[in-house]
Amino acid sequence: MNKILLIINREYLSRVRKKSFIIMTLLSPLLFAGIISLVTYLNTQENTDDKVIAIEDYSGLYSTTFKSTEHIKYEYINSGDSLEKQQLLKEGFDALVVINEDLLQNKSAIQLYSESQVTINIIDNIKHQINSYLRDKKLASFQIEDLNEKIKEINNVNVNLQTIRFNEAGEEKQSSAAISIIIGIAAAFLLYMFLLLYGTQVMRGVIEEKTNRIVEVMISSVKPFQLMMGKIIGIGLVAITQFTLWIVLSLIAVFILQSFIFPSPEQVSQGIEISQSMQSAPDAADTAAQFNNIIGLITDTNIFGIIGLFVFYFIGGYLVYATLFAAVGSAVDNETDTQQFVTPIILPLILSIYVAMAAFNNPHGSVAFWFSIIPFTSPVVMMSRIPFDVPTWEIILSMGILTLSFIVLTWFAGKVYRTGILMYGKKSSYKEVWKWFIQSGK
Amino acid sequence: MNLLEASGVVKKYANHLALDHVDINIPENQITGLLGPNGAGKTTFIRIINHITMPDEGSILFKGRPIKSSDIYNIGYLPEERGLYKKMKVGEQAIYLARLKGLSKQDAYHKLKYWFEKFEIGAWWNKKVEELSKGMQQKVQFIVTVLHEPELLIFDEPFSGFDPINANLLKEEILNLKEKGATIIFSTHNMSSVEAVCDNICLVNKAKAILKGNIDDLKQQYKNNEVAIEFDGDINLFKEKLNGSYDIQDLGVKNRNHYATILLKEDKSINKLISLLLQDFKISGINEILPAMDEVFIKAVELSNKNQ
Repeated sequence: MNKILLIINREYLSRVRKKSFIIMTLLSPLLFAGIISLVTYLNTQENTDDKVIAIEDYSGLYSTTFKSTEHIKYEYINSGDSLEKQQLLKEGFDALVVINEDLLQNKSAIQLYSESQVTINIIDNIKHQINSYLRDKKLASFQIEDLNEKIKEINNVNVNLQTIRFNEAGEEKQSSAAISIIIGIAAAFLLYMFLLLYGTQVMRGVIEEKTNRIVEVMISSVKPFQLMMGKIIGIGLVAITQFTLWIVLSLIAVFILQSFIFPSPEQVSQGIEISQSMQSAPDAADTAAQFNNIIGLITDTNIFGIIGLFVFYFIGGYLVYATLFAAVGSAVDNETDTQQFVTPIILPLILSIYVAMAAFNNPHGSVAFWFSIIPFTSPVVMMSRIPFDVPTWEIILSMGILTLSFIVLTWFAGKVYRTGILMYGKKSSYKEVWKWFIQSGK
Repeated sequence: MNLLEASGVVKKYANHLALDHVDINIPENQITGLLGPNGAGKTTFIRIINHITMPDEGSILFKGRPIKSSDIYNIGYLPEERGLYKKMKVGEQAIYLARLKGLSKQDAYHKLKYWFEKFEIGAWWNKKVEELSKGMQQKVQFIVTVLHEPELLIFDEPFSGFDPINANLLKEEILNLKEKGATIIFSTHNMSSVEAVCDNICLVNKAKAILKGNIDDLKQQYKNNEVAIEFDGDINLFKEKLNGSYDIQDLGVKNRNHYATILLKEDKSINKLISLLLQDFKISGINEILPAMDEVFIKAVELSNKNQ
């Protein structure tokens, strides 16, 4: 077997068989799904603390307007003029609503008093209740026949706006800005995370070989360049394995969620009828429909094209950063010495994630353009722009420059590495590393 | 015949000269000790042989033709500073290193089993390297170095980290390998081990090879013409007989015999001394005192430092 294949094989297997890798790979999608479920759950769970709101209605017009909900209790009080607002709040009311006159005459004649900040839920509820009461009253004052029928008709008017873009071939495509942004963010962050995580793993691997003097044993049977590339490729394959498993596991998780927790529309249609008759919002059915809709949109957004580009930018970006990290690993004696070299490598990476965030607002601006061409930032920034239909020539240019850069950087890192791995005890500086580079050119 | 011939090898680093026109010949099927103080250039020379670094000038001939990178399959190198992947299993790692040397998986496995049994570390096959003592790790490294049966073996301080029993085991194995036809370069500071195993030495000091040759020849060259003698007889007569033409360095009694150390002057030989003493004394032992290798070593280094 070819030596470099042997090295790749060892680097790959030694990492993939680690318990920490297996646990991370299997648990991450679960953890991820768990977090999403938790957030969703917490959002649906309103504050379970029951709130009691006192209502002092001086106008006497709204004595039946406020109806208690599950968590908000409205109590009408009648203290007359001697209203001690603060005293009242201390007696167990969470808030106090005071209505002074007819609100149709004076819109500001209603106040809400409280000691602590009132949640938006409560404010919304109060506003909603009083507004709909006033609206109904106003409508009734027009004395229209068959009012209820007409209102029903009005309520049925609800446009479903579909955003359709034309692509270059002139085909129509349904899209959703929100989905694009989510995919962009996810891709950019994932790439950032993988580059950082696996780049530093390369560095650590090189340092391990150097400080444990393994490299002395290896170097008589393999070329330094083979050792370096074997390590970089092996670890890169570990990353791709992890990524693939995450995708597969996530798809399985989505499938399970889809079929068990959010059933498809046909299955819930009966449920909708029941809930509609109960006049409460058909939450479950809504969520399910929305969920399926999102899945549909994701599949529509050319997800395989995006994954393909993700893989390319991952490989290109990984090679650019991994070779630099390998050079750093070879230049130092232990991990604590890496700081001065690592910082300038990580900076563009961090910068790229900031630019990527900005690119969501202006995906075709000049900042987004230039940073998706510069090889150190292009992988992350370009990934964040991809869902917004980047012109093909930009993608090709960016890919070309990235490819060229990793070839040049591999050549550079190979030279530094060759000298660096056999240098001990020297305090390495940029000047020193440059000297190694020049020297090994001979 | 020489397996390896280095001539005029020069290697410069940024601020110093590591090898300065070094000529070294490594005779086939012999053990050559590569000696010298720290920083003399030994490791650089070994790395050049191993194709790890390239010489700036000069040539290395392997079996009479310029050395090429595929020759490393025919070289086993045990570096002074040597390590293994701590988290890897011993057997797996040994197979990995053996395959990098060009052995097939099956071949490596069978050979390793043989050597592991021989060195009594078979039980450690499935243990992680970090669980092994330093000595055991050294054994594994030694095994991996010799496993592919190369024609040229290079050991850099092979005995460091070994207890005397295992050091002896290793020495036996090294001599065994020579018996089987291997050519061995043996780099060390340890002079007693040099005398025990080496046929030739090459002394490197300050980037130059200052002394080289067969150990016995070198000892002859650096000897002081001293003779140790044990005899029975009258001491005063002994002194009288030797007076003038011989220099008595030391005289005493040991095991009911007299003994003396005598410095021979230019035209005298041991035979002449014996014939002078034979009539009057009962000689129970006489031998030439040869210098120990570390004496030769120190003398040569001092001499070369003086000349600079």
